[in-house]
Amino acid sequence: MWCDWCAHERAHPKEVKIMPYLAGLPVPESHVDYEEFWQGCRRHELVIQRCKDCGWYRHYPRPLCPKCYSWNAEWSKVSGKGKVWSWTIITHPIHPALDDMVPYNLVEIELIEQEGLRLISNLIDCKPEEIYIGMPAEVVFEEVNPEITLPRFKRTS
Amino acid sequence: MPYLPMPPPLPYVESEGFWEGCKRRELVIQRCKDCGTYRHPPIPMCPACQSWNWEGTKVSGRGRVEGFTIVTRAVFPGMPAPYNVVRVELEEQDGLLILGNVIGCHPDEISIDMPVKVTFEDVTPEITMYYFEKAA
Amino acid sequence: MATIKDKYAIVGIGHTDYSLNSGRSELHLALEAITAAIEDAGLGFKDIDGIVGDHPSRVDAMTIGSALGLRDFGFFIETDFAGGGVPGGLLHAIAGIEAGRATSVVCYKSLNGSSKLTLPGFSFAAEPHELGFTRPFGLLAPAAYAALAARRHMHQYGTTSRQFGAIAVACRKHANRNPNAIMYGESMTIEDHQDSKMIADPLRLYDCYVEADGAAACVVTSAERAKDLRQWPVCIMAAGQACVPCLSRWTKDPTVNENETSYLARQLFSMAGLVPADVDVLQVYDDFTPLVLMAIEDMGFCSKGEGGPFVEGGRVVWPDGKLPLNTSGGNLSEGCIDGFNHVIEAVKQLRGTSTAQVKDAEVAMVCGATGVPTSGLILRR
Repeated sequence: MWCDWCAHERAHPKEVKIMPYLAGLPVPESHVDYEEFWQGCRRHELVIQRCKDCGWYRHYPRPLCPKCYSWNAEWSKVSGKGKVWSWTIITHPIHPALDDMVPYNLVEIELIEQEGLRLISNLIDCKPEEIYIGMPAEVVFEEVNPEITLPRFKRTS
Repeated sequence: MPYLPMPPPLPYVESEGFWEGCKRRELVIQRCKDCGTYRHPPIPMCPACQSWNWEGTKVSGRGRVEGFTIVTRAVFPGMPAPYNVVRVELEEQDGLLILGNVIGCHPDEISIDMPVKVTFEDVTPEITMYYFEKAA
Repeated sequence: MATIKDKYAIVGIGHTDYSLNSGRSELHLALEAITAAIEDAGLGFKDIDGIVGDHPSRVDAMTIGSALGLRDFGFFIETDFAGGGVPGGLLHAIAGIEAGRATSVVCYKSLNGSSKLTLPGFSFAAEPHELGFTRPFGLLAPAAYAALAARRHMHQYGTTSRQFGAIAVACRKHANRNPNAIMYGESMTIEDHQDSKMIADPLRLYDCYVEADGAAACVVTSAERAKDLRQWPVCIMAAGQACVPCLSRWTKDPTVNENETSYLARQLFSMAGLVPADVDVLQVYDDFTPLVLMAIEDMGFCSKGEGGPFVEGGRVVWPDGKLPLNTSGGNLSEGCIDGFNHVIEAVKQLRGTSTAQVKDAEVAMVCGATGVPTSGLILRR
């Protein structure tokens, strides 16, 4: 029994793919407000927008600081370390194109730099039963194609 | 050859009868069974009397150019600009307007009140397009 | 701030059958529901001078206004955020009448959510700035957001899947009294819920709403005008919208403590001069059961984290439950008309015409979708 909460093991798949993840899904398109984030990923750096005046990190990127309303921002390289804030296993393909991809995990990672600073991503090296809220994780980068590198996470040992 | 290399129309519930009419080379316009008002494009209820009762009625296909434009700058690469877009008032009813293209005449010949008549051309196995030609 | 309490009323309601395949266009469905609502109110088409539609619009206000042949049509608006926006549509109607721009306003919702028979080219796009950070990782549908939120709730408070299931079972029971519900005639036990297939852990199939084809509409006018019309007017005690700082539609700014549902409820109870215990029947937008449970907590019907025990044991089940919930079956079992079915059912409860009629129902509350900018109503007889 790997799920503490729902107690119905038989509903869960026995075989779960770990890698490669989701190679056929849409890739992010370039946009002036967040192009820097994706360029950082291509350099294998996790860069998060940070207010130059008050130091507040924000994600998703946006032009104005929500705390002090400053327009001055920089892209700040973060450690890439965080913890699993929440997770789910997607088992149902909402489109036939996803038939071969399910089941896969989806996680929300809270980065250590700031409370509430979170990203959506996937854990590349965990079976469903190994994922738990609070689990330490760190970023790894996956080159999906020559233009796009995605930030994924692996468990921190 | 279609006049413009545009994606063909997608018949959708209320408009299916119109496109089926085109396949038969008929211009079929919705007409209210209760008050006789024609309407286009097709919608479920009569805007004049709010009745749900309507029938697809074959019209003569004759009308006059109520408005037109010559598009000189193509929006997409590959569009054969210049091309015309016309609004035709069909003779059956004042204000019964339908958009289309005039084929077979030079842009300079198109004018307001010019008499036109509908004509048809198969553009795909499923869709027959309607166009207008200068009428006598 | 000026109060609108009891100054406006819902005087007519109308809806189509709800089905998995309507065989009609969304415009057709909208017109059916709207004409039924106008007739229910005892009004004529010419009396309608305002329209509140919804965004993204499958059927916009202009098309409706033209179809109805409206001449004095000086107020129109579309609400946003789908299920979060529907009750707010009535707030917009009130605003239009308050501003002197309309006297009788139609609000409606129409969708072929199941058959997907919609205008070619229509798309339900999320904000572009969000897509790049979610889709490449496989977050492709709202169920995934609900699943992430549900998992947090289970972690923090020990809520269980069976407790989510209690909501699904209640809605199914209520749907089985409602012949217009899509799941009418199909029972569900908690074991059925637990056996249903996993969609996005911990969300199971029966934790998710049923897509539907259908439309619903209502007519709002002043309480003064309502006195002369056909139906017993249902008074709007409170109407509000709520938005809290968000990173995107489904992601709250985590440093903000109050979410939109709790802010909404605070506004509504304050406007109405009521407390949760005054509510006789509750309609909560139910796309996913965990979000309903969280909404019940956030609105103050129980403490944060107590939602699980609250919904167990029949408290939300008609006829004996103290707080009957989604008494026509909700989106979970009646069919998702994006929450307009909740408005319709609240009105029926207060008119005494519901298929699961709460005895002596005096106050009904409607809450829009949780997790997105939302809206709600408190209505009374």
